[in-house]
Amino acid sequence: MITTKNLSKRYGDKLAVDDLTFTVAPGEVLGFLGANGAGKSTTMRMIAGFIAPSSGQVSVCGHDIEDAPVAAKSCMGYLPEGAPSYGEMTTAEFLDFVADVRGLTGERRRMRREIVVDRLGLAPVLQQVIETLSKGFRRRVGLAQALIHDPQVLILDEPTDGLDPNQKHEVRRLINDLGKDKLVIVSTHILEEVHEVCTRAIIIADGRIVADETPTALEARSRYHHAVSLRFDKPEELEAARREIALLPQVAEVESDARELRLTAVPKPGANPLSAVSAIIVKNNWDVPELHLESGRLDEVFRSLTEPPGPLKADAAQGAGA
Amino acid sequence: MSKIFVVFRRELRSYFATPLAYVFIVIFLSLAAVFTFQVGGFFERGQADLQPFFRWHPWLYLVLIPAISMRLWAEERNSGSIELLMTLPITLWQAVVGKFLAAWCFAGIALVLTFPIWVTVNYLGSPDNGAIVAAYLGSLLMAGGFLSIGMCLSAATRNQVVAFITAALVGFVFLLAGFPLVLDFVRGVLPQAIVDAIASLSFFTHFEAISKGVIDLRDLVYFGALIGFWLAATALVLDMKKAE
Repeated sequence: MITTKNLSKRYGDKLAVDDLTFTVAPGEVLGFLGANGAGKSTTMRMIAGFIAPSSGQVSVCGHDIEDAPVAAKSCMGYLPEGAPSYGEMTTAEFLDFVADVRGLTGERRRMRREIVVDRLGLAPVLQQVIETLSKGFRRRVGLAQALIHDPQVLILDEPTDGLDPNQKHEVRRLINDLGKDKLVIVSTHILEEVHEVCTRAIIIADGRIVADETPTALEARSRYHHAVSLRFDKPEELEAARREIALLPQVAEVESDARELRLTAVPKPGANPLSAVSAIIVKNNWDVPELHLESGRLDEVFRSLTEPPGPLKADAAQGAGA
Repeated sequence: MSKIFVVFRRELRSYFATPLAYVFIVIFLSLAAVFTFQVGGFFERGQADLQPFFRWHPWLYLVLIPAISMRLWAEERNSGSIELLMTLPITLWQAVVGKFLAAWCFAGIALVLTFPIWVTVNYLGSPDNGAIVAAYLGSLLMAGGFLSIGMCLSAATRNQVVAFITAALVGFVFLLAGFPLVLDFVRGVLPQAIVDAIASLSFFTHFEAISKGVIDLRDLVYFGALIGFWLAATALVLDMKKAE
Protein backbone atom coordinates (compact mmCIF):
# COMPACT_ATOMS: atom_id res chain seq x y z
CA MET A 1 0.00 0.00 0.00
CA ILE A 2 1.31 3.43 -0.93
CA THR A 3 -0.33 6.60 0.25
CA THR A 4 0.75 10.11 -0.60
CA LYS A 5 -0.82 13.06 1.10
CA ASN A 6 -0.54 16.62 -0.21
CA LEU A 7 2.86 15.76 -1.61
CA SER A 8 4.73 18.78 -2.97
CA LYS A 9 8.24 19.51 -4.13
CA ARG A 10 9.56 22.95 -4.77
CA TYR A 11 12.83 23.79 -6.55
CA GLY A 12 13.46 27.45 -5.93
CA ASP A 13 10.43 29.21 -7.37
CA LYS A 14 9.34 26.27 -9.44
CA LEU A 15 6.74 23.90 -8.07
CA ALA A 16 7.78 20.56 -9.58
CA VAL A 17 5.14 18.51 -7.79
CA ASP A 18 2.02 20.24 -6.59
CA ASP A 19 -0.14 18.73 -3.87
CA LEU A 20 -0.43 15.11 -5.00
CA THR A 21 -2.74 12.89 -2.99
CA PHE A 22 -3.39 9.32 -4.04
CA THR A 23 -3.50 5.78 -2.72
CA VAL A 24 -2.36 2.66 -4.52
CA ALA A 25 -3.31 -0.82 -3.31
CA PRO A 26 -1.69 -4.23 -3.88
CA GLY A 27 -2.83 -5.81 -7.14
CA GLU A 28 -2.79 -2.48 -8.88
CA VAL A 29 -0.37 -1.54 -11.63
CA LEU A 30 -0.38 2.21 -11.70
CA GLY A 31 0.89 3.92 -14.83
CA PHE A 32 2.38 7.31 -14.24
CA LEU A 33 2.08 9.43 -17.36
CA GLY A 34 3.14 12.89 -18.18
CA ALA A 35 5.24 14.94 -20.56
CA ASN A 36 8.94 15.31 -19.84
CA GLY A 37 9.39 17.54 -16.83
CA ALA A 38 5.83 17.05 -15.60
CA GLY A 39 7.05 15.72 -12.25
CA LYS A 40 6.91 11.94 -12.75
CA SER A 41 10.46 11.20 -11.71
CA THR A 42 10.39 13.73 -8.89
CA THR A 43 7.31 12.05 -7.45
CA MET A 44 8.84 8.60 -7.75
CA ARG A 45 12.04 9.78 -6.12
CA MET A 46 10.07 11.14 -3.20
CA ILE A 47 8.19 7.85 -2.82
CA ALA A 48 11.47 5.93 -2.98
CA GLY A 49 13.01 8.22 -0.37
CA PHE A 50 15.80 9.64 -2.52
CA ILE A 51 14.65 13.23 -2.22
CA ALA A 52 12.71 14.76 0.62
CA PRO A 53 9.34 16.36 -0.11
CA SER A 54 8.99 20.10 0.52
CA SER A 55 5.69 19.29 2.20
CA GLY A 56 3.27 16.39 2.50
CA GLN A 57 3.73 12.74 3.41
CA VAL A 58 4.51 9.45 1.74
CA SER A 59 3.76 6.16 3.40
CA VAL A 60 4.89 2.82 1.97
CA CYS A 61 3.58 -0.44 3.49
CA GLY A 62 2.44 1.62 6.46
CA HIS A 63 5.87 3.17 7.11
CA ASP A 64 6.41 6.89 6.68
CA ILE A 65 9.35 7.40 4.32
CA GLU A 66 10.71 10.28 6.40
CA ASP A 67 10.20 8.82 9.88
CA ALA A 68 10.96 5.16 9.18
CA PRO A 69 13.01 5.21 5.98
CA VAL A 70 14.73 1.85 6.43
CA ALA A 71 11.46 -0.03 7.06
CA ALA A 72 9.80 1.67 4.08
CA LYS A 73 12.77 1.05 1.79
CA SER A 74 12.97 -2.60 2.88
CA CYS A 75 9.57 -3.45 1.44
CA MET A 76 10.14 -1.58 -1.79
CA GLY A 77 12.13 -2.25 -4.96
CA TYR A 78 13.13 0.79 -6.97
CA LEU A 79 14.46 1.20 -10.48
CA PRO A 80 15.69 4.80 -10.80
CA GLU A 81 15.46 6.65 -14.11
CA GLY A 82 18.27 5.55 -16.39
CA ALA A 83 18.91 2.41 -14.29
CA PRO A 84 22.11 3.59 -12.59
CA SER A 85 24.41 0.98 -11.11
CA TYR A 86 28.05 0.57 -10.19
CA GLY A 87 29.69 0.41 -13.60
CA GLU A 88 32.95 -1.13 -12.46
CA MET A 89 31.26 -4.19 -10.91
CA THR A 90 30.25 -7.33 -12.75
CA THR A 91 26.56 -8.18 -12.93
CA ALA A 92 27.06 -11.00 -10.41
CA GLU A 93 28.98 -8.81 -7.93
CA PHE A 94 26.38 -6.09 -8.21
CA LEU A 95 23.46 -8.44 -7.57
CA ASP A 96 25.35 -9.97 -4.63
CA PHE A 97 25.93 -6.51 -3.20
CA VAL A 98 22.24 -5.61 -3.38
CA ALA A 99 21.25 -9.00 -1.95
CA ASP A 100 23.66 -8.43 0.96
CA VAL A 101 22.37 -4.93 1.67
CA ARG A 102 18.83 -6.29 1.48
CA GLY A 103 19.80 -8.85 4.11
CA LEU A 104 19.17 -11.95 1.99
CA THR A 105 21.01 -15.03 3.24
CA GLY A 106 21.44 -18.74 2.65
CA GLU A 107 19.05 -20.74 0.53
CA ARG A 108 16.64 -17.86 -0.03
CA ARG A 109 19.45 -15.64 -1.32
CA ARG A 110 20.59 -18.33 -3.76
CA MET A 111 17.03 -18.95 -4.91
CA ARG A 112 16.06 -15.31 -5.38
CA ARG A 113 19.25 -14.64 -7.31
CA GLU A 114 18.58 -17.57 -9.58
CA ILE A 115 15.01 -16.42 -10.16
CA VAL A 116 15.85 -12.86 -11.16
CA VAL A 117 18.81 -13.92 -13.31
CA ASP A 118 16.60 -16.41 -15.08
CA ARG A 119 13.60 -14.11 -15.38
CA LEU A 120 15.60 -11.23 -16.86
CA GLY A 121 17.90 -13.36 -18.97
CA LEU A 122 21.08 -12.19 -17.29
CA ALA A 123 22.91 -15.53 -17.31
CA PRO A 124 25.14 -14.67 -20.31
CA VAL A 125 26.40 -11.41 -18.75
CA LEU A 126 26.86 -12.45 -15.11
CA GLN A 127 30.65 -12.20 -15.25
CA GLN A 128 30.68 -9.09 -17.45
CA VAL A 129 31.47 -5.63 -16.10
CA ILE A 130 28.27 -3.54 -16.09
CA GLU A 131 29.68 -0.50 -17.90
CA THR A 132 30.48 -2.67 -20.91
CA LEU A 133 26.89 -3.92 -21.20
CA SER A 134 24.39 -2.71 -23.76
CA LYS A 135 21.68 -0.30 -22.70
CA GLY A 136 19.08 -3.08 -22.70
CA PHE A 137 21.13 -5.32 -20.44
CA ARG A 138 21.88 -2.47 -18.06
CA ARG A 139 18.19 -1.77 -17.77
CA ARG A 140 17.56 -5.44 -17.02
CA VAL A 141 20.31 -5.47 -14.40
CA GLY A 142 18.51 -2.52 -12.80
CA LEU A 143 15.24 -4.43 -12.84
CA ALA A 144 16.89 -7.52 -11.37
CA GLN A 145 18.29 -5.39 -8.56
CA ALA A 146 14.83 -3.99 -7.82
CA LEU A 147 13.25 -7.46 -7.76
CA ILE A 148 15.87 -9.47 -5.91
CA HIS A 149 14.23 -9.31 -2.49
CA ASP A 150 10.74 -10.08 -3.84
CA PRO A 151 9.35 -6.74 -2.66
CA GLN A 152 5.69 -6.00 -2.07
CA VAL A 153 6.02 -2.61 -3.71
CA LEU A 154 7.81 -1.84 -6.96
CA ILE A 155 8.61 1.61 -8.26
CA LEU A 156 9.88 1.47 -11.83
CA ASP A 157 10.91 4.67 -13.57
CA GLU A 158 10.73 4.03 -17.32
CA PRO A 159 11.49 0.32 -17.15
CA THR A 160 11.26 -0.30 -20.91
CA ASP A 161 13.30 2.68 -22.06
CA GLY A 162 16.11 1.55 -24.35
CA LEU A 163 14.85 -2.00 -24.78
CA ASP A 164 14.18 -3.59 -28.15
CA PRO A 165 10.60 -4.69 -28.97
CA ASN A 166 11.14 -8.27 -27.77
CA GLN A 167 12.66 -7.15 -24.50
CA LYS A 168 9.88 -4.61 -24.06
CA HIS A 169 7.36 -7.39 -24.48
CA GLU A 170 9.22 -9.52 -21.93
CA VAL A 171 9.33 -6.71 -19.37
CA ARG A 172 5.63 -5.96 -19.86
CA ARG A 173 4.83 -9.61 -19.27
CA LEU A 174 6.96 -9.49 -16.15
CA ILE A 175 5.11 -6.44 -14.86
CA ASN A 176 1.78 -8.09 -15.60
CA ASP A 177 2.84 -11.13 -13.57
CA LEU A 178 4.10 -8.99 -10.69
CA GLY A 179 0.93 -6.94 -10.72
CA LYS A 180 -1.16 -9.95 -9.75
CA ASP A 181 -0.25 -9.78 -6.08
CA LYS A 182 2.06 -6.79 -5.75
CA LEU A 183 1.77 -3.08 -6.06
CA VAL A 184 3.58 -1.65 -9.06
CA ILE A 185 4.05 1.95 -10.10
CA VAL A 186 5.48 2.41 -13.59
CA SER A 187 6.27 5.65 -15.30
CA THR A 188 6.34 5.74 -19.05
CA HIS A 189 5.64 7.90 -22.00
CA ILE A 190 4.87 5.00 -24.26
CA LEU A 191 1.11 5.05 -24.35
CA GLU A 192 0.54 1.59 -25.82
CA GLU A 193 2.29 0.30 -22.71
CA VAL A 194 -0.38 1.80 -20.49
CA HIS A 195 -3.06 -0.29 -22.10
CA GLU A 196 -0.95 -3.41 -21.97
CA VAL A 197 0.25 -3.35 -18.37
CA CYS A 198 -1.62 -0.83 -16.26
CA THR A 199 -4.86 -1.29 -14.36
CA ARG A 200 -4.93 2.39 -13.58
CA ALA A 201 -3.35 5.48 -15.04
CA ILE A 202 -2.52 8.82 -13.49
CA ILE A 203 -1.69 11.61 -15.88
CA ILE A 204 0.22 14.52 -14.40
CA ALA A 205 0.89 17.88 -15.99
CA ASP A 206 2.84 20.66 -14.30
CA GLY A 207 3.04 18.60 -11.13
CA ARG A 208 -0.71 18.13 -10.77
CA ILE A 209 -2.95 15.14 -11.36
CA VAL A 210 -5.13 15.84 -14.39
CA ALA A 211 -6.61 12.35 -14.74
CA ASP A 212 -6.78 9.26 -12.54
CA GLU A 213 -8.76 6.37 -14.02
CA THR A 214 -8.50 3.03 -15.82
CA PRO A 215 -6.90 3.04 -19.28
CA THR A 216 -10.28 2.04 -20.75
CA ALA A 217 -11.99 5.01 -19.13
CA LEU A 218 -9.22 7.26 -20.41
CA GLU A 219 -9.74 6.00 -23.92
CA ALA A 220 -13.46 6.66 -23.59
CA ARG A 221 -12.59 10.33 -23.18
CA SER A 222 -11.22 10.34 -26.68
CA ARG A 223 -13.26 11.85 -29.47
CA TYR A 224 -12.38 8.65 -31.34
CA HIS A 225 -14.11 6.49 -28.74
CA HIS A 226 -16.54 4.35 -30.80
CA ALA A 227 -15.32 5.91 -34.01
CA VAL A 228 -15.73 3.64 -37.04
CA SER A 229 -12.78 3.24 -39.38
CA LEU A 230 -13.17 1.89 -42.92
CA ARG A 231 -10.87 1.17 -45.79
CA PHE A 232 -12.05 1.13 -49.40
CA ASP A 233 -10.66 -0.30 -52.60
CA LYS A 234 -12.17 2.25 -54.97
CA PRO A 235 -11.71 6.04 -54.64
CA GLU A 236 -15.22 6.79 -55.94
CA GLU A 237 -16.76 4.63 -53.22
CA LEU A 238 -14.73 6.49 -50.59
CA GLU A 239 -16.07 9.78 -51.89
CA ALA A 240 -19.68 8.56 -51.89
CA ALA A 241 -19.31 7.09 -48.42
CA ARG A 242 -17.85 10.31 -47.09
CA ARG A 243 -20.93 12.26 -48.20
CA GLU A 244 -23.46 9.71 -47.05
CA ILE A 245 -21.93 8.90 -43.63
CA ALA A 246 -21.57 12.58 -42.78
CA LEU A 247 -25.36 12.87 -42.89
CA LEU A 248 -25.89 10.22 -40.18
CA PRO A 249 -27.32 11.69 -36.96
CA GLN A 250 -24.78 9.75 -34.83
CA VAL A 251 -21.77 11.16 -36.68
CA ALA A 252 -20.13 14.44 -35.73
CA GLU A 253 -17.46 14.52 -38.37
CA VAL A 254 -15.93 12.40 -41.11
CA GLU A 255 -12.20 12.33 -41.63
CA SER A 256 -10.90 10.79 -44.82
CA ASP A 257 -7.53 10.01 -46.26
CA ALA A 258 -7.71 9.82 -50.07
CA ARG A 259 -4.25 8.35 -50.48
CA GLU A 260 -4.78 5.41 -48.13
CA LEU A 261 -8.48 5.22 -49.05
CA ARG A 262 -9.37 5.35 -45.39
CA LEU A 263 -12.28 6.99 -43.68
CA THR A 264 -13.05 7.55 -40.01
CA ALA A 265 -16.50 8.46 -38.77
CA VAL A 266 -16.08 10.40 -35.52
CA PRO A 267 -19.22 9.94 -33.41
CA LYS A 268 -21.17 12.56 -31.51
CA PRO A 269 -20.52 12.23 -27.74
CA GLY A 270 -22.12 9.05 -26.39
CA ALA A 271 -23.20 7.76 -29.81
CA ASN A 272 -22.13 4.57 -31.54
CA PRO A 273 -22.50 4.82 -35.33
CA LEU A 274 -21.34 1.26 -36.08
CA SER A 275 -24.70 -0.28 -37.03
CA ALA A 276 -25.81 2.75 -39.03
CA VAL A 277 -22.52 2.78 -40.95
CA SER A 278 -22.64 -0.92 -41.71
CA ALA A 279 -26.26 -0.58 -42.87
CA ILE A 280 -25.14 2.04 -45.41
CA ILE A 281 -22.33 -0.19 -46.63
CA VAL A 282 -24.71 -3.12 -47.13
CA LYS A 283 -27.28 -0.89 -48.83
CA ASN A 284 -24.79 0.45 -51.37
CA ASN A 285 -23.02 -2.86 -51.75
CA TRP A 286 -19.56 -1.24 -51.33
CA ASP A 287 -16.38 -3.19 -51.24
CA VAL A 288 -14.98 -2.63 -47.75
CA PRO A 289 -11.98 -4.86 -46.94
CA GLU A 290 -11.50 -3.36 -43.46
CA LEU A 291 -13.86 -2.08 -40.82
CA HIS A 292 -13.32 -1.62 -37.14
CA LEU A 293 -14.67 0.12 -34.11
CA GLU A 294 -12.07 2.20 -32.28
CA SER A 295 -11.93 2.18 -28.51
CA GLY A 296 -10.30 5.58 -28.41
CA ARG A 297 -6.88 7.04 -28.96
CA LEU A 298 -4.80 7.48 -25.82
CA ASP A 299 -2.30 9.77 -27.46
CA GLU A 300 -5.08 12.17 -28.34
CA VAL A 301 -6.47 12.10 -24.77
CA PHE A 302 -2.94 12.54 -23.42
CA ARG A 303 -2.38 15.57 -25.63
CA SER A 304 -5.65 17.21 -24.78
CA LEU A 305 -4.96 16.78 -21.05
CA THR A 306 -1.31 17.78 -20.91
CA GLU A 307 -0.86 20.32 -23.65
CA PRO A 308 -0.98 23.85 -22.30
CA PRO A 309 -3.72 25.86 -24.01
CA GLY A 310 -1.37 28.86 -23.85
CA PRO A 311 0.72 30.76 -26.39
CA LEU A 312 2.42 27.71 -27.88
CA LYS A 313 -0.79 26.55 -29.52
CA ALA A 314 -1.80 30.04 -30.60
CA ASP A 315 1.59 30.51 -32.25
CA ALA A 316 1.26 27.23 -34.08
CA ALA A 317 -2.20 28.18 -35.32
CA GLN A 318 -0.95 31.54 -36.50
CA GLY A 319 2.01 29.94 -38.24
CA ALA A 320 -0.33 27.56 -40.04
CA GLY A 321 -2.58 30.44 -41.05
CA ALA A 322 0.30 32.44 -42.51
CA MET B 1 26.97 -3.23 11.73
CA SER B 2 26.92 -5.81 8.97
CA LYS B 3 25.44 -3.28 6.56
CA ILE B 4 28.39 -0.99 7.18
CA PHE B 5 30.57 -3.94 6.28
CA VAL B 6 28.64 -4.59 3.05
CA VAL B 7 29.08 -0.96 1.98
CA PHE B 8 32.72 -1.04 3.10
CA ARG B 9 33.52 -4.17 1.11
CA ARG B 10 31.91 -2.88 -2.08
CA GLU B 11 33.67 0.44 -1.81
CA LEU B 12 37.09 -1.03 -1.11
CA ARG B 13 36.76 -3.44 -4.03
CA SER B 14 35.80 -0.59 -6.30
CA TYR B 15 39.17 1.07 -5.63
CA PHE B 16 40.95 -1.95 -6.98
CA ALA B 17 38.55 -2.40 -9.91
CA THR B 18 40.11 0.64 -11.60
CA PRO B 19 43.76 1.51 -12.19
CA LEU B 20 43.36 4.36 -9.69
CA ALA B 21 44.38 2.20 -6.75
CA TYR B 22 47.57 0.97 -8.34
CA VAL B 23 48.53 4.36 -9.69
CA PHE B 24 47.93 5.88 -6.28
CA ILE B 25 49.99 3.30 -4.45
CA VAL B 26 52.90 3.59 -6.90
CA ILE B 27 52.92 7.38 -6.67
CA PHE B 28 52.62 7.34 -2.90
CA LEU B 29 55.46 4.88 -2.48
CA SER B 30 57.72 6.70 -4.96
CA LEU B 31 57.14 10.09 -3.41
CA ALA B 32 57.61 8.69 0.09
CA ALA B 33 60.95 7.23 -1.03
CA VAL B 34 62.08 10.41 -2.78
CA PHE B 35 61.31 12.55 0.27
CA THR B 36 62.91 10.12 2.68
CA PHE B 37 66.15 9.51 0.82
CA GLN B 38 66.71 12.61 -1.33
CA VAL B 39 65.13 15.42 0.64
CA GLY B 40 65.16 13.92 4.12
CA GLY B 41 68.73 12.71 3.96
CA PHE B 42 67.95 9.29 5.45
CA PHE B 43 71.48 7.93 5.06
CA GLU B 44 73.37 11.15 5.67
CA ARG B 45 71.84 11.57 9.10
CA GLY B 46 73.41 8.35 10.27
CA GLN B 47 70.57 7.69 12.72
CA ALA B 48 68.53 4.52 12.93
CA ASP B 49 65.05 6.05 12.97
CA LEU B 50 62.32 6.91 10.51
CA GLN B 51 62.02 10.64 11.22
CA PRO B 52 62.96 11.64 7.67
CA PHE B 53 60.25 9.28 6.44
CA PHE B 54 57.37 10.41 8.65
CA ARG B 55 58.21 14.11 8.56
CA TRP B 56 56.93 14.41 5.02
CA HIS B 57 53.71 12.52 5.49
CA PRO B 58 51.56 15.59 6.19
CA TRP B 59 52.62 17.07 2.85
CA LEU B 60 52.25 13.83 0.97
CA TYR B 61 48.77 13.40 2.35
CA LEU B 62 47.82 16.95 1.57
CA VAL B 63 48.24 16.23 -2.14
CA LEU B 64 47.50 12.52 -2.35
CA ILE B 65 44.61 11.90 0.05
CA PRO B 66 42.20 14.16 -1.87
CA ALA B 67 42.77 11.79 -4.81
CA ILE B 68 41.26 8.99 -2.73
CA SER B 69 38.49 11.02 -1.17
CA MET B 70 37.36 12.97 -4.23
CA ARG B 71 35.48 10.07 -5.78
CA LEU B 72 33.67 8.91 -2.64
CA TRP B 73 30.42 10.81 -3.26
CA ALA B 74 31.10 12.99 -6.30
CA GLU B 75 31.37 9.94 -8.52
CA GLU B 76 28.20 8.41 -7.11
CA ARG B 77 26.34 11.62 -7.76
CA ASN B 78 27.75 11.96 -11.24
CA SER B 79 26.93 8.40 -12.32
CA GLY B 80 23.56 8.44 -10.56
CA SER B 81 24.38 5.40 -8.42
CA ILE B 82 23.81 7.55 -5.35
CA GLU B 83 20.10 7.24 -6.09
CA LEU B 84 20.43 3.50 -5.83
CA LEU B 85 22.53 3.58 -2.66
CA MET B 86 20.24 6.03 -0.90
CA THR B 87 17.10 4.04 -1.68
CA LEU B 88 18.52 0.81 -0.31
CA PRO B 89 17.46 0.01 3.25
CA ILE B 90 20.50 1.46 4.99
CA THR B 91 20.80 4.54 7.13
CA LEU B 92 22.76 7.57 6.05
CA TRP B 93 25.28 6.84 8.79
CA GLN B 94 25.88 3.30 7.61
CA ALA B 95 26.61 4.58 4.12
CA VAL B 96 28.89 7.37 5.35
CA VAL B 97 30.83 5.23 7.81
CA GLY B 98 31.11 2.28 5.42
CA LYS B 99 32.51 4.44 2.67
CA PHE B 100 34.88 6.27 4.99
CA LEU B 101 36.27 3.06 6.45
CA ALA B 102 36.87 1.72 2.93
CA ALA B 103 38.84 4.81 1.94
CA TRP B 104 40.74 4.73 5.21
CA CYS B 105 41.52 1.08 4.82
CA PHE B 106 42.82 1.77 1.34
CA ALA B 107 45.07 4.52 2.67
CA GLY B 108 46.18 2.06 5.34
CA ILE B 109 47.12 -0.50 2.69
CA ALA B 110 49.27 2.10 0.92
CA LEU B 111 50.91 2.95 4.24
CA VAL B 112 51.59 -0.68 5.13
CA LEU B 113 53.28 -1.14 1.77
CA THR B 114 56.02 1.22 2.93
CA PHE B 115 57.24 -1.60 5.20
CA PRO B 116 60.51 -2.12 3.26
CA ILE B 117 61.78 1.10 4.74
CA TRP B 118 61.10 -0.23 8.20
CA VAL B 119 62.92 -3.45 7.27
CA THR B 120 65.80 -1.35 5.94
CA VAL B 121 66.22 0.70 9.06
CA ASN B 122 66.16 -2.46 11.16
CA TYR B 123 68.80 -4.00 8.94
CA LEU B 124 71.07 -0.97 9.18
CA GLY B 125 70.76 -0.33 12.89
CA SER B 126 68.58 -0.93 15.90
CA PRO B 127 65.77 1.66 15.93
CA ASP B 128 63.11 2.09 18.58
CA ASN B 129 60.46 -0.09 16.96
CA GLY B 130 57.85 1.00 19.48
CA ALA B 131 58.27 4.57 18.34
CA ILE B 132 58.00 3.50 14.72
CA VAL B 133 54.74 1.66 15.38
CA ALA B 134 53.43 4.76 17.15
CA ALA B 135 54.46 6.92 14.21
CA TYR B 136 52.68 4.61 11.80
CA LEU B 137 49.58 4.87 13.97
CA GLY B 138 49.84 8.66 14.00
CA SER B 139 50.27 8.71 10.24
CA LEU B 140 47.20 6.54 9.79
CA LEU B 141 45.17 8.79 12.07
CA MET B 142 46.26 11.83 10.15
CA ALA B 143 45.32 10.15 6.87
CA GLY B 144 41.88 9.55 8.39
CA GLY B 145 41.64 13.24 9.23
CA PHE B 146 42.48 14.30 5.69
CA LEU B 147 40.10 11.68 4.32
CA SER B 148 37.17 12.79 6.43
CA ILE B 149 37.65 16.38 5.25
CA GLY B 150 37.87 15.25 1.63
CA MET B 151 34.82 13.03 1.98
CA CYS B 152 32.66 15.90 3.20
CA LEU B 153 33.74 18.10 0.31
CA SER B 154 33.16 15.26 -2.13
CA ALA B 155 29.58 15.01 -0.87
CA ALA B 156 29.01 18.65 -1.73
CA THR B 157 29.73 18.37 -5.44
CA ARG B 158 29.33 16.07 -8.42
CA ASN B 159 32.63 17.21 -9.88
CA GLN B 160 35.67 15.22 -8.76
CA VAL B 161 38.13 17.95 -9.70
CA VAL B 162 36.29 20.44 -7.51
CA ALA B 163 36.24 17.85 -4.73
CA PHE B 164 40.00 17.36 -5.07
CA ILE B 165 40.90 21.03 -5.03
CA THR B 166 38.64 22.04 -2.17
CA ALA B 167 39.84 19.06 -0.11
CA ALA B 168 43.47 20.05 -0.68
CA LEU B 169 42.67 23.64 0.24
CA VAL B 170 40.86 22.86 3.49
CA GLY B 171 43.53 20.29 4.32
CA PHE B 172 46.17 22.99 3.80
CA VAL B 173 44.45 25.27 6.29
CA PHE B 174 44.34 22.46 8.85
CA LEU B 175 48.02 21.78 8.30
CA LEU B 176 49.10 25.38 8.53
CA ALA B 177 46.97 26.18 11.57
CA GLY B 178 49.99 25.48 13.79
CA PHE B 179 52.45 27.58 11.75
CA PRO B 180 53.53 31.14 12.52
CA LEU B 181 52.18 32.12 9.12
CA VAL B 182 48.64 31.66 10.38
CA LEU B 183 49.22 32.24 14.08
CA ASP B 184 51.04 35.57 13.73
CA PHE B 185 48.27 36.77 11.50
CA VAL B 186 45.46 36.00 13.95
CA ARG B 187 47.44 36.87 17.08
CA GLY B 188 47.05 40.58 16.40
CA VAL B 189 43.27 40.51 16.23
CA LEU B 190 42.15 37.60 18.40
CA PRO B 191 42.55 36.88 22.11
CA GLN B 192 45.20 34.39 23.14
CA ALA B 193 42.67 31.70 24.04
CA ILE B 194 41.37 31.57 20.48
CA VAL B 195 44.87 31.66 19.04
CA ASP B 196 45.72 28.66 21.19
CA ALA B 197 42.55 26.95 20.05
CA ILE B 198 43.48 27.48 16.41
CA ALA B 199 47.01 26.27 17.01
CA SER B 200 45.65 23.17 18.71
CA LEU B 201 43.68 22.32 15.56
CA SER B 202 46.84 21.83 13.57
CA PHE B 203 47.58 18.40 12.16
CA PHE B 204 51.29 19.07 12.63
CA THR B 205 51.16 19.66 16.35
CA HIS B 206 49.33 16.41 16.99
CA PHE B 207 51.15 14.35 14.41
CA GLU B 208 54.61 15.44 15.52
CA ALA B 209 54.07 14.24 19.04
CA ILE B 210 52.88 10.81 17.93
CA SER B 211 55.53 10.50 15.22
CA LYS B 212 58.21 10.86 17.89
CA GLY B 213 56.71 7.86 19.62
CA VAL B 214 54.71 9.68 22.27
CA ILE B 215 51.14 8.44 22.27
CA ASP B 216 49.18 11.04 24.16
CA LEU B 217 45.50 10.44 24.76
CA ARG B 218 44.79 14.05 23.78
CA ASP B 219 46.21 13.49 20.30
CA LEU B 220 44.12 10.37 19.85
CA VAL B 221 41.03 12.21 21.02
CA TYR B 222 41.89 15.06 18.66
CA PHE B 223 41.99 12.87 15.56
CA GLY B 224 38.96 10.89 16.70
CA ALA B 225 36.95 14.05 17.24
CA LEU B 226 38.16 15.55 13.96
CA ILE B 227 37.09 12.48 11.99
CA GLY B 228 33.78 12.30 13.84
CA PHE B 229 33.10 15.95 13.14
CA TRP B 230 33.73 15.68 9.41
CA LEU B 231 31.73 12.47 9.10
CA ALA B 232 28.80 14.20 10.77
CA ALA B 233 29.30 17.12 8.40
CA THR B 234 29.22 14.68 5.47
CA ALA B 235 25.91 13.25 6.66
CA LEU B 236 24.58 16.77 7.07
CA VAL B 237 25.63 17.78 3.56
CA LEU B 238 23.99 14.66 2.10
CA ASP B 239 20.82 15.32 4.03
CA MET B 240 20.74 18.90 2.81
CA LYS B 241 21.23 17.76 -0.77
CA LYS B 242 18.30 15.40 -0.33
CA ALA B 243 16.00 18.24 0.69
CA GLU B 244 17.42 20.71 -1.83
